[in-house]
Amino acid sequence: MSSNNEQLDKITNQEYKYGFESQVESDTIPPGLDENVIKEISRRKGEPEFMLKWRLNAYSKWLTMEQPSWAHLNLQPIDFQAISYFSSPKSAKEKPKNLDEVDPEILDTYKKLGIPLKEQERLQGIVAVDAVFDSVSVATTYKDKLAEVGVIFCSISEAMREYPELVEKYLGSVVPPTDNFFASMNSAVFTDGSFVYVPPGVRCPMELSTYFRINATNTGQFERTLIIADEGSYVSYLEGCTAPQRDENQLHAAVVEIIAHKDAQVKYATVQNWYPGDENGVGGIYNFVTKRGLCKGENSKISWTQVETGSAITWKYPSVILKGDNSVGTFHSVAMTNNLQQADTGTKMIHLGKNTQSTIISKGISAGKSSNAYRGLVRVAKGATNARNYSQCDSLLIGDKCGAHTFPYIDVQNTTSQVEHEATTSKIGEDQIFYCMQRGLSEEDAVSMIVNGYCKEVLQNLPMEFAVEAQNLLTLSLEGTVG
Amino acid sequence: MLKIENLHAAVEGKTILKGLNLTVNAGEVHAIMGPNGAGKSTLANVIAGHDNYEVTDGAIYYEGNDIIEMAPENRARNGIFLAFQYPVEIPGLNNTYFLRAALNEKKKFLGEPEVDAADFLVIAREKMKLVEMKKELLRRPVNSGFSGGEKKRNEIFQMAVLEPKLAVLDETDSGLDIDALRIVSKGVNALKRPDNATIVVTHYQRLLDYIVPDFVHVLYDGKIIHSGGKELALELEEKGYDWLINK
Repeated sequence: MSSNNEQLDKITNQEYKYGFESQVESDTIPPGLDENVIKEISRRKGEPEFMLKWRLNAYSKWLTMEQPSWAHLNLQPIDFQAISYFSSPKSAKEKPKNLDEVDPEILDTYKKLGIPLKEQERLQGIVAVDAVFDSVSVATTYKDKLAEVGVIFCSISEAMREYPELVEKYLGSVVPPTDNFFASMNSAVFTDGSFVYVPPGVRCPMELSTYFRINATNTGQFERTLIIADEGSYVSYLEGCTAPQRDENQLHAAVVEIIAHKDAQVKYATVQNWYPGDENGVGGIYNFVTKRGLCKGENSKISWTQVETGSAITWKYPSVILKGDNSVGTFHSVAMTNNLQQADTGTKMIHLGKNTQSTIISKGISAGKSSNAYRGLVRVAKGATNARNYSQCDSLLIGDKCGAHTFPYIDVQNTTSQVEHEATTSKIGEDQIFYCMQRGLSEEDAVSMIVNGYCKEVLQNLPMEFAVEAQNLLTLSLEGTVG
Repeated sequence: MLKIENLHAAVEGKTILKGLNLTVNAGEVHAIMGPNGAGKSTLANVIAGHDNYEVTDGAIYYEGNDIIEMAPENRARNGIFLAFQYPVEIPGLNNTYFLRAALNEKKKFLGEPEVDAADFLVIAREKMKLVEMKKELLRRPVNSGFSGGEKKRNEIFQMAVLEPKLAVLDETDSGLDIDALRIVSKGVNALKRPDNATIVVTHYQRLLDYIVPDFVHVLYDGKIIHSGGKELALELEEKGYDWLINK
């Protein structure tokens, strides 16, 4: 149906809802990157000496590296000297002691985003939030309640000051400062992020969540998240992100590290909705993220669930190193691209321990003129006897101008392991749409129901309230795709 | 209820229907028969408003209004139902959720109160009995992993829930074994009322043993070339179509 494509276009071309900008006075280090900038970041954050050394070491490594070009992306060269590496709302210079001291404009920003920081405005005790605004964490809720059971949940800046021994022990232990170009850069200049420590045997009593917001112009956001689940503990964590609508591209190069000790379980979910640029591909966030979890102890479990709808370019591969025997890693992903968005995303499952298991479920949805690639690596080391992996990569195409690509790499070095890979590519069927319409549904509802059905396996892994958010987000991202 | 006049329709530039006339009144069952490629499925899809089919001439009056320009979802909400020859699978989309959404769209359109999940389940359970459908199919994704027979039963089940005024059954008998055929036909017959009408598109007389038509039409080369009562179907079974085509 020719008009079907027009309608698809119409449904996917919906405006970005979070594109507003907040009028907050900020304190920004001028654009440019050299050792002095790094020293200044470290000084402003009041960091211990070891951190500055760590940063400078990462920076000197970064200088010797080149931006990777293997991804299936069309990327203009980035001028790293044109970016400002630190921006903080002025009012946050002295970190507010409590929410009453937080700039009302910032509180209002989060409220508009649907993330009220005042605890009484949230559902009682369900989710604790760390709010990161540009380069700094502006508020963390429910800290006291979490402290009662020994869970540490704070900004990473605070952790460096209050728990330096934990930070020194674990920071960079999963993603070393030399890991890759963007991770090295992050190690040198990261400004804030969240820190979680769950003590042995503790089941974290609520969902933890970080909400990232880029507001300032010409600023990169380089956050660092570190989650440690000690023996026999459990934590579920969610990350959300948005940015104002701007014509220039902004860089977001984050690193997330997770460590799961013996019998511990960590669930990490992301709903990524950075500004994707307009329909002509102007503006939008470059989302270059390194996320990796280490199943360090026996029987540990790490699961990544991601719903990626935003960003002009996404480059990320949340991975799990299955070191402990019987450890389990899972990756569930929905990546939706529209207009001229590009995504190259997937996962790496590195099996080192015996009887380790991993599952990969990836659902790509491409609309408009976008390009969506799945890239995955399953590596089974010699000693990882009886390891098992199941991978399923599905691609859904909406319209006839988009592309989907799958790059699965499998490397098995023993004979007792089992690796399965399944992949499908389908077009959203005109027949499916017509079938729904013949039953009385509008075309928009039809597409949204079909896509949500397609993603169901992944969405059902999200905590209830976020599954609803993710579903709405997909529906929004789809608007204008149907023609 | 339905009056089709001089209907011409094309698919991808190729004219399939070439001046078709048909009148269907409330309370009637019409069978459309004819050889492969005569335009039977095209007729069904054009009535439902499928975008792939371009109406190049003529008119389709439904309850007195020409519906050629009407969007397919509005035709559906107005009471036109197409039971598909090949019901599509929609993985992950719950059958119950889908059908309740469809019913509520129709209710909204007609200005009636919407049905909540609990009430819908009561309606659904009742209507499932008509086609002896297994309860578990309600919880499964739309047609996903259904057998051929289950898909056709699901179509008639949807028809029972949506209560159309005009139902078009497109080769509903294809792929059904004799037991399933009997069950599906029983469902269709049970839904028959003085204020609704059914058009049965079929290849075989077999279906008409169960769904007894008031009129039988022979469609050939885009036109209805012969019409008669239910006995015409038997005659066609015996003699084929050639005697009409060569007449």
